[in-house]
Amino acid sequence: MASIIRARRGGPGGRPPGSAPNAWRWVVLIVAGVYFLIPLWSALRFAGIKSFGSVVSEDGFTSSLGLSVRLAVVTTVITIALMLPTTVYVHLRLPKVRRLMEGITILPIVIPPVVLIVGVLQIAPGSLKNTPYLLALVYVILAMPFAYRAIDAGLRALDLKTVVEASNSLGAGWINTLWRVVLPNLRTAMLSAVVLTVALVLGEYTMASLALYQTFPVWIYVNSQTSGQVSVAASLLALFVTWLFLMAITVIGTRQSRKTGGGSVTLFTVARQETRGN
Amino acid sequence: MTANITGNTTSNAAADGIRQVSGTRGTSVVLQDLSRSFGATRALDGLSIEMAPGELVALLGPSGCGKTTALRIVAGFESADSGAVLIDGRDISSVPSNHRDMGMVFQSYSLFPNMTALDNVAFGLRMRKIGAADRRKRASEQLEMVGLAPQARQFPHQLSGGQQQRVALARALAIEPRVLLLDEPLSALDAKVRLQLREQIRTLQQRLGTTTLFVTHDQEEALSMADRVGVMSHGKLEQIAAPDELYEHPATAFVAEFVGIMNRIPGELQDGGTVTALDKSVPVMNQSADVSPGPVDVLVRPEGLRLQAVENGNGIVTTRTFLGSVTRVGVLLSGDVTVQIDKPSAEAAALAPGSSVSVTLPGDPVLVAPRS
Repeated sequence: MASIIRARRGGPGGRPPGSAPNAWRWVVLIVAGVYFLIPLWSALRFAGIKSFGSVVSEDGFTSSLGLSVRLAVVTTVITIALMLPTTVYVHLRLPKVRRLMEGITILPIVIPPVVLIVGVLQIAPGSLKNTPYLLALVYVILAMPFAYRAIDAGLRALDLKTVVEASNSLGAGWINTLWRVVLPNLRTAMLSAVVLTVALVLGEYTMASLALYQTFPVWIYVNSQTSGQVSVAASLLALFVTWLFLMAITVIGTRQSRKTGGGSVTLFTVARQETRGN
Repeated sequence: MTANITGNTTSNAAADGIRQVSGTRGTSVVLQDLSRSFGATRALDGLSIEMAPGELVALLGPSGCGKTTALRIVAGFESADSGAVLIDGRDISSVPSNHRDMGMVFQSYSLFPNMTALDNVAFGLRMRKIGAADRRKRASEQLEMVGLAPQARQFPHQLSGGQQQRVALARALAIEPRVLLLDEPLSALDAKVRLQLREQIRTLQQRLGTTTLFVTHDQEEALSMADRVGVMSHGKLEQIAAPDELYEHPATAFVAEFVGIMNRIPGELQDGGTVTALDKSVPVMNQSADVSPGPVDVLVRPEGLRLQAVENGNGIVTTRTFLGSVTRVGVLLSGDVTVQIDKPSAEAAALAPGSSVSVTLPGDPVLVAPRS
């Protein structure tokens, strides 16, 4: 997590190390670190190292994790397939709609998941109700705010209109322009969108449990009733895997972005391309 | 490379039956009565321009005058409400922008950030399905032409602004475009780089003979680079002429004041096509102008006024600016009117601020404009 919120070193206006604001930075970091780490440490103490070995052999572990991963994949594919063209189109052709889009995409955060899933279960056709992939469709809505913002930040950094017109004037049609010019420059943004979507699906509990599907978080809860230590070990494992995933994205994204001119990459902002003086 | 491009362009020209002007090569471009509105704003209002093959025409005007809209219609990024764009006599209004064969250099840096300078230049060739080895060779040659061969492997963010625009120029020229479109390509650069690149663009353009439409709001840029300059205002072409013609014989008051420095002196317009100013009646150049007899402003260039040191003259010297061979003298006339007058520097030395002078009109025809 530290690397995600890592402050950029140096740069104009940077203060010399050791000055007062820098000390405050450390205070905040340590307080926040203690706040997050103590529960984790306690959970680790409670579960004990041995429980980690038995997590995998626990009943229902494989099937619930499998379901969650499948849902994550389906959700991610649908989310990217929907949000990428939409956001690109809005940027290029309907810039005035951007504010409206921001408003609409924030709705899933404002509406409680319970309301959403109860409504969906009421109106969903029977054929959909009988498949867990109904959850994927709802997760697409939940992931929308994160995916939209990640892709939007990437597009803002690109000066999309000029780049697309340049590509057009050089003879590239829409497919070539999207494939060779737009997408390669959105790699980091899409990576962010994917990570956020996957993290959201792997951690979602309310909807899955109300729709009566045993996804990984639901399994952890159910299992905690019978075997507390194993279930805590499982959630720590899940946390650790997700965290590794986020770290990997940040590192890969930053390397990619350095190559083509950006700074370090965070999940929501793709650093704007810097230009040296004339 | 030059020979190669020339050869290709000429053979294409022959195939398409281009109207060729002797001694030039390239494509003719005609903007025919273009109009375009954005909501209630009329961005273009019946714009017509004919460009000869190999000509560099600059569209000059204040922001919002429609010059960029005109360029974007030629490029295919906007469509005209009415009118047509003819390339070699063929209407290309229905041809999509990626099939128009037009190289374009943009105002903002438009290089693809994910590609090296070389890959950027080679992109257009790749879209034309030219083999990898051939396109690398041609792209390298283009980079060499703009003096950036050593930077071929660098990414855009590793290049300075001037270098980026040179790569963008090489990229636009690599496809051997029928028309080169320049949308204020120098405005983001600092003065020194701007001057260098201006010369480089003009030299390359003349060498390759590519018909070029250049949009700018910088009169110095337009006058120094273009074969002809079209001055635009409110979506209309005020005048299109060679730079010297534009400066010496502006067709309208707008052109006169937009190009170069212009003095406004109060005068009285008479019925017979003369105007009285500074106690002298002189003929009016723009008699058709929409100005009715009565109080008007007479427009005169700094070099178009006579200035002499006299006792009790009609003006007092206020400033003196040394410009090299000439010195620009600021003179305060009665009625709180200040005029700028150019004098050879040797003569201006005697005109110290505060000294009394006489300012007169030599008697040549002048432009008049409604009193401001």
